[in-house]
Order: sequence, then C-alpha cells, then structure tokens
Amino acid sequence: MTTALSIARDVNAGERSASSVLAASLAIVAARNEELNVFLHVDHEGATAMAAAVDERVAQGLNAGPLAGVPIAIKDNMCQTGIPTTCSSRILDGWRPPYNATVIDRLIAAGAVPVGKTNLDEFAMGSSTETSAFGPTRNPLDPTRVPGGSSGGSAAAVAAGMTPLSLGSDTGGSIRQPAALCGVVGMKPTYGLVSRYGLIAFASSLDQIGPFAATVTDSALLLEVIAGHDPRDTTSLPEPSPVLVAHVNDGVAGKRIGLVRELVEGADEDVVNAVNSAAEALRAAGATIVELSIPELRLGLSAYYLIAPAEASSNLARYDGVRFGLRVNGDDVTAMMEATRTAGFGAEVKRRIMLGTYALSAGYFDAYYGQALKVRTLMIDAFRRAYDHVDLLLGATTPSVAFAFGAKSHDPMAMYLSDVFTIPTNLAGEAAISVPFATGEAGLPIGVQILGPGRSEAQLFAAARVLEIADGRP
Amino acid sequence: MTLANGWEMVIGLEVHTELLTKSKLFCACENHFGSEPNTNTCPVCLGLPGSLPVLNEVAVDMAMRIGIALHCTIAPSTFHRKNYFYPDQSKDYQISQYDLPINSGGYLDLPDGTRISIERAHMEEDTGKSTHVGGSGRLAGASSSLVDYNRCGVPLVEIVSGPDIRSALQARAYAAELRGILIATGASDGRLEEGSMRFDANVSVRKANEAFGTRCEIKNLNSLRSLQRAIDYEALRQIKVLEAGGSIRQETRHWDENLGETSTLRVKEDADDYRYFREPDLVDLAPSDAWQVAVREALPPMPAARRTGLLAHIPEPTGPERDAVDVVVDLDLDDYALGAIAGGIAPALAIARASNEVAAGIENRANLSVDAFTATLTMEQSGALSATQAKTVLGDILESGGSPEEKAAQRGYEQLSLDSLATTVATFIEQNPDEWNRYREGDEKLAQFFIGLVMKATKGQANGKAVIAELQRRR
Repeated sequence: MTTALSIARDVNAGERSASSVLAASLAIVAARNEELNVFLHVDHEGATAMAAAVDERVAQGLNAGPLAGVPIAIKDNMCQTGIPTTCSSRILDGWRPPYNATVIDRLIAAGAVPVGKTNLDEFAMGSSTETSAFGPTRNPLDPTRVPGGSSGGSAAAVAAGMTPLSLGSDTGGSIRQPAALCGVVGMKPTYGLVSRYGLIAFASSLDQIGPFAATVTDSALLLEVIAGHDPRDTTSLPEPSPVLVAHVNDGVAGKRIGLVRELVEGADEDVVNAVNSAAEALRAAGATIVELSIPELRLGLSAYYLIAPAEASSNLARYDGVRFGLRVNGDDVTAMMEATRTAGFGAEVKRRIMLGTYALSAGYFDAYYGQALKVRTLMIDAFRRAYDHVDLLLGATTPSVAFAFGAKSHDPMAMYLSDVFTIPTNLAGEAAISVPFATGEAGLPIGVQILGPGRSEAQLFAAARVLEIADGRP
Repeated sequence: MTLANGWEMVIGLEVHTELLTKSKLFCACENHFGSEPNTNTCPVCLGLPGSLPVLNEVAVDMAMRIGIALHCTIAPSTFHRKNYFYPDQSKDYQISQYDLPINSGGYLDLPDGTRISIERAHMEEDTGKSTHVGGSGRLAGASSSLVDYNRCGVPLVEIVSGPDIRSALQARAYAAELRGILIATGASDGRLEEGSMRFDANVSVRKANEAFGTRCEIKNLNSLRSLQRAIDYEALRQIKVLEAGGSIRQETRHWDENLGETSTLRVKEDADDYRYFREPDLVDLAPSDAWQVAVREALPPMPAARRTGLLAHIPEPTGPERDAVDVVVDLDLDDYALGAIAGGIAPALAIARASNEVAAGIENRANLSVDAFTATLTMEQSGALSATQAKTVLGDILESGGSPEEKAAQRGYEQLSLDSLATTVATFIEQNPDEWNRYREGDEKLAQFFIGLVMKATKGQANGKAVIAELQRRR
C-alpha cells in the first residue's frame, strides 16, 4: 500500500479520490479480517461519509488537511461518537460513547478517515491480544503467531496493508511490542504530548496514545496531527504539536547513542544480533556508540506491575453495571455490581484489579505501591543521568520475534517479560520508538528500540529513519 | 461546660459546604440545585470511560477565600482518589484532597471569644443523590434506587475543626458563625435546607482534663437544631454507657430526627478501606502568590469584624442591642444600618429598624434602597413620623417600593406634620389652662396628660417625643 504521505498529497492534488482510497482499504479488510480478526467494528457508513466529505473539500478547491483521505484504524479503547467501543471486554457490551476522543477530532480535522475499531487485549492488559473477549488477532506475517499486544489489532491493520496508519496506546509497551512483532513502526510519545481525553484509562500515569505506520515518515506525520496541548487533559503538555516530518532526514551525525546492556539482556540471539547491527548502522551514519549499563532498568517490571494494576483497580471501578455497559442483576445493588463485574471482566483483568487493590490497601500501601513509586523515581533519575552523557539510548524492543498462540498465555510472568525492555520508558514518562530492523527466526521481523528523553521525538524519528534506510527501505 | 458527675463533651465538626460556582468542580456542567434529574450532566461528571477531570479555577478561588477567612495557611496541594463502590458516585471513587489540603492550620473565633482551631479546609467533589424506593428510605431494604447525578461533581469544601468544642450549644454557635463566614466570602449560600451545608459531628465524653474518650461520628446532620440535639443525645448516651461500666465502640452513627436518637450505621472494623492514592489525572495545585494576594484583598469584612464595627457606634450596648447587631450581620443588613448612621440617624435606631422591620421583609429588600431607609428614619427622628408610622412606612416600601414621603401620604400621615401638631397642642393648652399652668410650674407628669389628648385626637399617630418638644417650646 502507498504511504499516508503520498495518499494525502494525491488526494489534495485531486489525483486520487478519498473514496477510492477508502474502497481499496475496505477491500483488504473484507478479504482478510475474518482470518486475522483485526477489526472488531468496521464503520462502513461513517467512513464512506467522511471520505466523501474530504472529496467535497478538494472539489471546492480547499486543502483537505495533512491526512486528506488517509484511512486509519483506531484501537478500540478510544471513544468515537456513536461507534461501539469495547476495550475488547464484555463489560462494555452495547456501549456507544456520546463523544469523540480528542485524537479522533484531530484526525477528522486533518482529513483522515477512521475506518473502524481494532482488537486489543482486554482493557489493554496483555502482550498478545489473547486476553481479548472477542478472540485473538492473528499476526498477518504468520497467522499461527500472535501480533503482540495490547495494540495487536492496530499493528496488524498496518502490517496487513488494511490501513496505512493506525492508533494504539502504550502503557508498558503496548505500541512498541506489537509494532516489533508485526514489522511496523511504533512510537510511544513523551507522556503528555498526546491528549488522553477519550482514551479509556488502564493506568492513567503511564497511558499514552501513539502512532503505528509502515514508514518512519508516516509515523511522524500522524504524531504531528494528534499531538499538542488539549485543555481537556490537564496532564497534556502546555505546548503546540512539535515539528517532526521536516526533521525526519536530519540523520544522527554527531549524536552520542548509548547501547544499553539491560535492554538486550536475556533477549534471543537473533534479536541481540539485530541490535548490534543497528548500532553499527548508526555508527556508520556518524553517531558515536557508547556501551553503558543502567542497572535500575531491571527494577522496572516489578514497579510497573504494582503501579499499573493499582491505577487500573481504581480506573476500572466505574464498570459497575449502574450507568452503562453490561448489567447482571442481583438481589441488591452490591450483588448486582459483583455479578456484573464477575461476568464482565476476563481473568487477566480480574488478576490485575486484585493485585492493584491489594497494593493500595491499608497496611500494604507503603510496602507495595509506595515502594514502587520510589523505584519509579530511581528510574527517572537513572535515565536523566544517562542522558547527561548520551543523546539517545538503543536496545531491543522485545526479547524475541512473534511467538505462537498459547506459548505464554498460561504463564503470566512469561507474558509480562515480553514488556521488560519497553516498561522503563513509560515509568519515566519519556519517549521511545520501535523500528523494524533485520529479521530473525523464521524470517520474522525484529524491532529495534531507540529511547530518548522527554520531547526527543524529532531525534528519535531521525535515528529510526537512519535504520530504516540501512535496512533497505529508502 | 461541665455536665453532671464531672463529665465533659469533646466535639469536633466536619462541615461540608457546596461552593457557589456556576459550573462543577471538574467539568462545565451547571452547578444548580433543583434542576430536572440528570439534566446537568456530561461524560466527565457521569464518569464515562475516557473522560478526564479539569479543575475549575473559580472553585479554587472560593476555597482560598474560605481558607483566608478562617486564618488558614494556603499551601501547594494535591488531589487523591478515595475509592469505594456506591451507585451515586459515578466513577466509584471520589476526587478529594488527602495529605496535602489547600488550606490548613486556621481558627474561628466564636462571638463569645472562644477560639476553635481549624485543622484543614480541603476541596472535593460531591456525589449524586440516591432515592431509595421501598423499605425505610435507606439503601438497605429498598426495592429499587434511582440516582440523580446533577449533584455529582459539585464542588465542596470540607472544613474540619479541631476537637475544641465543649458543648452542643457551642457546636451550634460554631456552625452558625461558620455559616456567616461562608456567606460573607461569597463561596456559599449557606442554605441548609438545600443541603448547601452539611455537618458531621465527632463526639466523645471524658471527665474534665482527662484524656479524650473514644469518639463516635454522627453523619449528615443538616440543620443547626439537629446538630445540637444529636450531639446532646449522643453525649448523654455515651455517659450512660460509661457510667454503667460499659465502653464506647468507635463507630459511625445515624441521627433519626423523628425519634430524636442516634443509632449505629457501621462500626470501625467494617469501615471501607478507601485505598487513597494520588489522582493521576490531575496536576498538582499551587496557586501563585499573586493569586492569593488578590483573593485576600478582595475579601469583604467577616461577621466578627462587622459586629465589632456596628457595636462601636453604640457606647454601652444593652443585651437587646447586641442581639440586634447579630441579626443585622447574620442577615447581611449592614448596608442599611451603616448607611443610616452615616446619614445622621441615631445608631441604636438604625440598627433596631434594620434588625426588625427590614429583617421582617428581607425577601423584598431590593425594593428598599439604603437612601429610602435613611430618609424614613430621618422623618421618624425629626418627629414627622411616629415610631409606629415609620415602621409601617418601611413595611410599605419593602412591599412595593417607592419613597417614604409617597408612602406616608398614601397612609394619610401628612397632617401630622410639625405645623399641624403645633396647632393641635395649642388647642389643648387653650382648653386646659389649669393643667397647662401646673406643667409650666414644673409638674412633668402633666406632659403625659397632653400626650394622651394628642394621641386620642390623632388616633395614636402623633409622635410622643414631638409633643413633648412642642410643650417644652411653649413652656
């Protein structure tokens, strides 16, 4: 499929119609969705109307926006007016949000055409889409394997060529890990760069919306459209969207990049080799590679599995059967709430609610949640010290290429380890990108991760672009 | 105050007040009492998935007004989530302030001079309102419940006193004084009947000067009378238990207004573990120094200062005069009293008329300007109107507006001008030469004789003081 950049250029120039682009996109969805289970809902009617509106603007001689006529897939934990929004959970059964997430408003204003909602691990809790109440998504590159998660549907939509762009959310790696496993570009922006208004919360202090795309430039283009301050999210950064696309080809000459021991530790050999060749490629492009160790990163996983469930236990309290979604009746209101939550949530969500409730309980708070917050501070300090010496950090996105269904779904700890390299960035509120580089076992893609301090997105895209070119995708 | 057998009450109050903002604490929905159920709602206050709170700056401004009026320190603060499941709480957690409140460490001086410490005055959101159908009207035993989320997200400030209150009457005085302060700040309308202010009372008893006893918390008292009655009942209940050799269990109790009793709501062991943690959807709150200064400077005088100011006009105030001053301040009628005093009216008269006649027609105060009030009292003071007439004229103006001259004319009071009074007095002097002579020779009692005649002739509408003045002029 052509890039978003070229589609928008062609649509604005009147060389292609948004409607024909949409039709091509929907044809691929129709051909492969049954097999891959990427979309939970396809909004044929709405998307057709939005594409027609874009064509109408172009016909009137107006610029239809930087994403004119570009079909985009939306992870099904973002609200879009009137469109079923499930978080891949039974508990939201039948709920249609009465409002748009800020990112949806911005996409539509930029001329993009949201085509539907993609599958995810239930409430974004998982690394394979296997916890979805509506069945897992299959990896388009090898349907016997997982696409990663939690934003597995959105990664697969781009990998399968259904849409050139998609949105995911990343709480502990939920964009970067599936991007790596599906061979696409996935970026987790600085916390606060993209408004969370309308993103259904998993762990509020960690959640961040970000782009999936087949190319680094498209990824930068999409982030430019959705980033920038939103008065409806007080945690959003008080500044306009950064200039990104214009810096994509800035290169890495003169940059110091740290190759971090803890970000390849325990990874498969093919993954380690890919990271080392990525370091070589960056060196060849003029960067200085520094090998370094940040031992605090090893504490990330345990801190994350206290902080994220603690916030989730509170964020998911509202699914009580009173106002929306599923209701299972009981003898009294407490029984109704218990019955609703028992029937509505899957096992992984229940596990994390229990963990989080425990971590926040009187008598345990200091030992668990309080301790995890201290580790989080250590992590932030450790990153800051590293960035005193280098501009960016380099490592693997995931320990392995895409794994088979069932390989980890019965062992939560093994599944949690899929995110061991991505979690520290979320805890620190910083930015990181996963870019496909080389291939590994069975010819499957490997994701290399580049990490940067807050607001380093332009540098991250430029470095990722160097790897993209070195990997043979000019 | 010491009770029988040397017992003493120890009381601390937690007072919730709704703020008079136009919109709710975290969304733009209207903050309005009495709308159709569930009409003032949006994704944020309904807690719909994906919605986020945005702090209302006016609410912060009002919270600071309250803090400053209570002599608190304003400090950088944070919001926490208080987690518990309840249907009228849309998110199943309440956004409140916990270990770092916006206001802390203040005090309130009661009119009698007792100082009650204020531990904190923090911000939080109100819940919705449940109506339980069937059963006793409480959640337990109801056949179904309806929830109105109009109140959900309405801004509250919770004012927590120290355990410094020693009697139910003092608790009532504290609540009344706090109410006056809240109204004066403009942060609250103080309407108890609409739930704008609600009281929780922590009550324990001890023998004087011993350590504090175990306390019980009486929840949701919504009038000054209930507050006083509930505390009295609860303290006596505790004394009875202790004197019988029992011990007090720490618990939350419910006040039944009809039975006049408190009863156990839940014991401490069953209390929710609220799992407080920092609200990750909101950033820290740190009002700038300039903002704090602006709030401080814009704050009008508080009731205590206003009472002192009014009393300063009366050299040796009597009990009733002190009461009148209290009424004037409580009902915010200071402008009338002070305006009239500035216009040359005797302070005691100005305060008396404001506290009685204006207070009686307070719902129509817009009809009576300070100038018209002063003009009426000027006529009374000069004798152009009797006291009775002046009161009637004030009532008439409050009823329908207009000037005192106009109202006096409508009532037919104009013949009682000083000229006509002089003529009437002259007539009676002529008709009663003996009495007149005795009066001239110093028998002051005969003044009453002439006043009686004039009153009879004018059907009581003459001003007694003006009659005496005329008699003395002719003496």
